Amino acid sequence: MSPKTLYDKIWDAHVAHEADDGTCLLYIDRHLVHEVTSPQAFEGLRMANRPVRAPDKTIAVPDHNVPTTLDRANAATMTEDSRVQVEALDKNAKDFGIHYYPVSDVRQGIVHIVGPEQGWTLPGMTVVCGDSHTATHGAFGALAHGIGTSEVEHVLATQTLIQKKSKNMKVEITGKLRPGVTAKDITLSVIGETGTAGGTGYVIEYCGEAIRDLSMEGRMTVCNMAIEGGARAGLIAPDEKTFEYVKGRPHAPKGAQFEAALAWWKTLYSDDDAQWDKVITIKGEDIAPVVTWGTSPEDVLPITATVPSADDFEGGKVGAAQRSLDYMGLTPGTPLSEIEIDTVFIGSCTNGRIEDLRAAAEILKGKKVAVKRAMVVPGSGLVRAQAEEEGLADIFKEAGFEWRLAGCSMCLAMNPDQLSEGERCASTSNRNFEGRQGYKGRTHLVSPGMAAAAAITGKLTDVRDLM
Amino acid sequence: MDKFETLTGIAAPMPLVNIDTDMIIPKQFLKTIKRSGLGANLFDEMRFDRSGNEIPDFVLNQDAYRSAEILVAGDNFGCGSSREHAPWAIKDFGIRCVISTSFADIFYNNCFKNGILPIALPADAVEVLMKDAEKGANARMTVDLENQTVTTSDGESFSFEVDAFKKHCLMEGLDDIGLTMEKVSSIDTYEAQAAQARPWV
Ligand code: SF4
Repeated sequence: MSPKTLYDKIWDAHVAHEADDGTCLLYIDRHLVHEVTSPQAFEGLRMANRPVRAPDKTIAVPDHNVPTTLDRANAATMTEDSRVQVEALDKNAKDFGIHYYPVSDVRQGIVHIVGPEQGWTLPGMTVVCGDSHTATHGAFGALAHGIGTSEVEHVLATQTLIQKKSKNMKVEITGKLRPGVTAKDITLSVIGETGTAGGTGYVIEYCGEAIRDLSMEGRMTVCNMAIEGGARAGLIAPDEKTFEYVKGRPHAPKGAQFEAALAWWKTLYSDDDAQWDKVITIKGEDIAPVVTWGTSPEDVLPITATVPSADDFEGGKVGAAQRSLDYMGLTPGTPLSEIEIDTVFIGSCTNGRIEDLRAAAEILKGKKVAVKRAMVVPGSGLVRAQAEEEGLADIFKEAGFEWRLAGCSMCLAMNPDQLSEGERCASTSNRNFEGRQGYKGRTHLVSPGMAAAAAITGKLTDVRDLM
Repeated sequence: MDKFETLTGIAAPMPLVNIDTDMIIPKQFLKTIKRSGLGANLFDEMRFDRSGNEIPDFVLNQDAYRSAEILVAGDNFGCGSSREHAPWAIKDFGIRCVISTSFADIFYNNCFKNGILPIALPADAVEVLMKDAEKGANARMTVDLENQTVTTSDGESFSFEVDAFKKHCLMEGLDDIGLTMEKVSSIDTYEAQAAQARPWV
């Protein structure tokens, strides 16, 4: 048998039909649904009088729009249009008989955090969601990617997706990370290296010692941002850590089924002599704690660097860099560690898991925030409960952070959690696009530890100085 | 879905790289449960000030380009989120074709599901087309999907690549779900086999 990559293996196990030109119907094992990209898809089903083909494989949770303030049970905390979307999901979940975690359920949270937490995401699966950060689930060795609303409807109706195979890219992070360097720094550094279009047309497999050393949560952070590098999906081969994480979760297989699953999961790795269309190797020790200075996730620099000038770039990027600098209100040559911050946001599907909150709390312990506004939005109700149990919530509250309920919140600011014009934020989320966190808001992407450090000093700060 | 065969129309130049989906349709307009009506808010934050007045510099606010049907843009168009609201807004505005050196994967696929043709061409070709678009309303570009060519107002022509299946669906205005339903027996067979092989799924 010819050698295969992990992607090849998962792909081959899911082709339900292949046309002569290579267009395939890829069978989908898990379909995650949220309130913003699904209403038109369910409407389409209703109009065509079609059922959901596999309701038991379809899981819905509202997250993008929901308020994260403690009083959110009060309907008045939501705008009319947000309420309409959440109510539409309530109704669609009920009418079509799919699994559902309503806002009132403690298991509610960001769809990409809830899936793994509940054991819906398992190695070797195909997972899709009408959301680009579906790539997160690749941390389990699942082929996971974002789809548009027409495709959501297609999966609801047929449990398949029309796909052509992508190319294989290997991103190897060798050796050990230095202290203070995290999964977020890895994933941002990779995008800094490849650019936001560098992964277009590829599925990336992350490997190497530094990736193996990461916890499952760190691996989710890495895969989460594969899409920011343009890749269709990011993958990490499952190993003992993966199996350990999955075991005992509510929807993971049990007993003999688990053993049978495990036997297959253990075959899910890229063969030694597998062929790669592109290979990138980065030394773990070369990665520093990084921040973004511009309005594209590829605008990454070590915290020790200075704000670049448009002249440092070439081609179309010259104009883009100038536009970014103007938008971000930055002067070339300024040390990044002198940039003053108004707001700190810790949360999102990139960094809203328990380990992220632990990393931030570690830095914040016994300190006070020096920014105007600081908030922690746990990725799920269960993450929130665990953080309370571990005493992390108290650390955040004593430091001056708002301790919120779960949701997407200021990651995309569809709910009332928004930056105002010119407000500058150190954020653990994944996108620093213009207006992403609020009209004319300014976003610097960082790791949870770096976000905590910025909260304490009021400036972008090298977390290593506070360790 | 609307068919796409040939299109001759005004092309608007947007020589900006990494035009992301948040620029194309900001999130405040995603709170809809319909597909229609989003054209009014296409490029909203670039197109209007906070009071809702047009920003005169923005290309689609210039008289020459108000009825543009083609967009010529910089590298990596449509990066960011999976929101299909982006192609819905583009289509609703009246744009049926976007030309760039490269597109983000999900956006690219979403276009075809909505009767929009995204065309990727080498940088030097996009540069020529950008110049042609800058000539304004009298310069009309022609896109011929059947023959896979884009022709400038001066008659300079470039060939582009497009997946044969996607081209067929776009030219015939075919609905994906209907096409897949024709293969439902393959899905049934696969599902039964997979349930045997991986019963835990
Ligand atoms: S947290 Fe942000 S990136 Fe993640 S699903 Fe929500 S909006 Fe998307």
